[in-house]
Amino acid sequence: MARSVAIVGTGQTDHRSHRPDVNGREMIYEAVKRALEDCELSIHGIDAVVIGNMDHFESINYVDTWSVEGSGALMKPVMKVTTGGTTGSSVAIAAYYHVASGLFDRVLAIGWEKNSESDTTAAIITCSDPVWDRFSYSGAIPSLATEASAYMKQYGATQEDAARVAVRDRTHALNNPHAHLRRPITVEDVMASPMLAYPIKLLDVCPRTDGAAAVVFAADGIAQKIAPKPAWIKACAVRHTYTWFGDVDYNAGLVSLQKASREAYQRAGIRNPVDEIDVAELYLPYSYAGLKWIEDLGFCGPGEGPRFVREGHTDMGGKIPINPSGGVISTNCIGATALLRVAEAAMQVMGKAGQRQVPDVEVALATGFGGCFWSDVVILGTNRP
Amino acid sequence: MDNIAVVGVAQTKYERSKKDKTYYDLVFEMTKEVLKDSGLTLRDIDNVITVSNDFLDGRTISSMAVGEAAGGHDKNISTVEGDGTFGASYGAMRVLGGFNATLVVAHSKGSEGSVKHITNGMFDPVYQRFLGLEAISASALQANAYMDRYGVQEESFAQVSVKNHGNARNNPYAHLPMELTVEEVMGSLKVADPIKLLDCSPVSDGAAAIIIANGDYARKAKTRPVWIKGIAHCAEEYFLGDRDLTNPKALREAAKKAYAMAGITDPMKSMDVVELYDAFSYMEPLWLEGLGFCDPGEGSRLLEDGITTMSGRLPVNPSGGVLSSHALLVAGLARIVEAVLQLRGEAEKRQVDGARTALAHGINGPCGQSHCVWVLSTDK
Repeated sequence: MARSVAIVGTGQTDHRSHRPDVNGREMIYEAVKRALEDCELSIHGIDAVVIGNMDHFESINYVDTWSVEGSGALMKPVMKVTTGGTTGSSVAIAAYYHVASGLFDRVLAIGWEKNSESDTTAAIITCSDPVWDRFSYSGAIPSLATEASAYMKQYGATQEDAARVAVRDRTHALNNPHAHLRRPITVEDVMASPMLAYPIKLLDVCPRTDGAAAVVFAADGIAQKIAPKPAWIKACAVRHTYTWFGDVDYNAGLVSLQKASREAYQRAGIRNPVDEIDVAELYLPYSYAGLKWIEDLGFCGPGEGPRFVREGHTDMGGKIPINPSGGVISTNCIGATALLRVAEAAMQVMGKAGQRQVPDVEVALATGFGGCFWSDVVILGTNRP
Repeated sequence: MDNIAVVGVAQTKYERSKKDKTYYDLVFEMTKEVLKDSGLTLRDIDNVITVSNDFLDGRTISSMAVGEAAGGHDKNISTVEGDGTFGASYGAMRVLGGFNATLVVAHSKGSEGSVKHITNGMFDPVYQRFLGLEAISASALQANAYMDRYGVQEESFAQVSVKNHGNARNNPYAHLPMELTVEEVMGSLKVADPIKLLDCSPVSDGAAAIIIANGDYARKAKTRPVWIKGIAHCAEEYFLGDRDLTNPKALREAAKKAYAMAGITDPMKSMDVVELYDAFSYMEPLWLEGLGFCDPGEGSRLLEDGITTMSGRLPVNPSGGVLSSHALLVAGLARIVEAVLQLRGEAEKRQVDGARTALAHGINGPCGQSHCVWVLSTDK
């Protein structure tokens, strides 16, 4: 039988566009050290390590073995889990199963990326099928521009609607000392920023960040001794359905998120997400996702995203605050990005989110996004499942 | 540990170049075959693990190309980057953690890339990569250190190549079945002293898949379940200069844990057959030492005494091992496939009679920096 599992500690670097002061292994060490300090464990207390990033960004093959001195995996079990943008949540879910299996009691999940050492777009272009997709859907932005255009046509959403999402996340980032972009912006700033691919402008999208995140998972019976208020994993669900960008139905919503969130809600016993979830850390790589994908999560009906955001329901103090951390639009160390969502959600549940804390969080939602419109969903809570 | 079993296996024939198929074709083929072998349907499979490497596939998010082919549509799916034994280990954890049945599939087409450059990418980009270190030259350092420490002769390594390529003649899936002599191995092209061409595994194209199931689904499958008794993995230091290359301590640690889980105190007594990751001929004796089948420095004597031959007490690599077929990432999963076939009594001409307990082994990183050990049994 699977054991209950909780997050007992989190750590992250102070994210920057460029960290010339550390190499990749040292940057990983920084996050790991902070995670261990957070839960007052030594590395000797860790039974296994799961690590992930995206290979071609730093061009390190076998990151699991390359990083042992930084990750603390020396003479421990370590494996690499990598699934593109969803890497961070995939790593978290892998750490969950390491513990749930009964084989390990305390497991360290690590995500990292040193984007300053990479040509991110040149690398990510190669994710598309070389024959069918690569010349139309080259890199991260074209497929998202397709999605945004389709959404605007379908529901009459405007560029200003999307800009509000970017403004919200960047405003929230002011409360997060770790965030990469901590300068307030306005809707006018977003509208005036350079067009990258219609309708996406520079301030609509996430930056490239150097950073790492580390999260400690522990088993039922042990977690309670480590953390006064562990963040229990209530459900995880994953859908990585498509291979070809041309197969995606851009008018059907983000189907992977619809399916993964429904499975996760069912497992966690959530019927009405807006009422039952207290805070959401969503992998929103660009502003339009903050309109459309909250519909797929069931926070509001189809086409209602712009109004839901406009009315302030997703702001701090709203019905369901989204991205108190500032989200992906403020910080994007790719392999760590989805793990940061899980870490931030856990911090909210544990009451450790400092200035960005949402009061009295009992249930928090974290998502990952990546690959070919893929979604991962993790639900955390104060009550042991 | 709860009772979980391998209930289906499949592998392609390993070849120099599968020109007529993409690697997602190979994954699709294996997915169909492993389901057929198990008698389960895709509906019984509630989660999938693919194994891929962006460098090998020449593609960022290489898992994106194979998820659909692996039956991952609308299922919980993830990807392990590393040897197939590590992917299989995560697959096993997921069954122990609540899933019914995990399909694990690994693929590689070394023919489409430059393995030399890909393995050069394992090394530190600042201090080591420009020295030209890659899998073969790094392994040559390890082979030299091993010979120097224990006075092992090159001929002893050559004997491993003779045995394993000879065993491969009984394996219809093997890439290089060969009838060799020690003299032929010794006389083959020197690649990186003391490693010669016939001490090296080939670069093969291929794929393999297994299905891991809980007790209920093991009953549902039509195959005789092969029970997973022990799984463990462990990694040691990264820089070669920080390691004692003659002492595979990560392997020792992984083996110790896997044996403890399986209740094994004397592996030589308990194990009937071993499939290990012999990417180079010297690795077989060195890994046998790490696995505790003999004392340090004694690995070569196991073969000289005939113990690890097909007619010996502990046949090692009846399939011909990695020396005879080396599809990167797939090779460790293929060791599990072969161990399962042995325990099901379906290994045909390479069958070890009456095999009841088997060991499968995989490695990650340079010179076996990280090891994974599986103990499998016919008994629950």
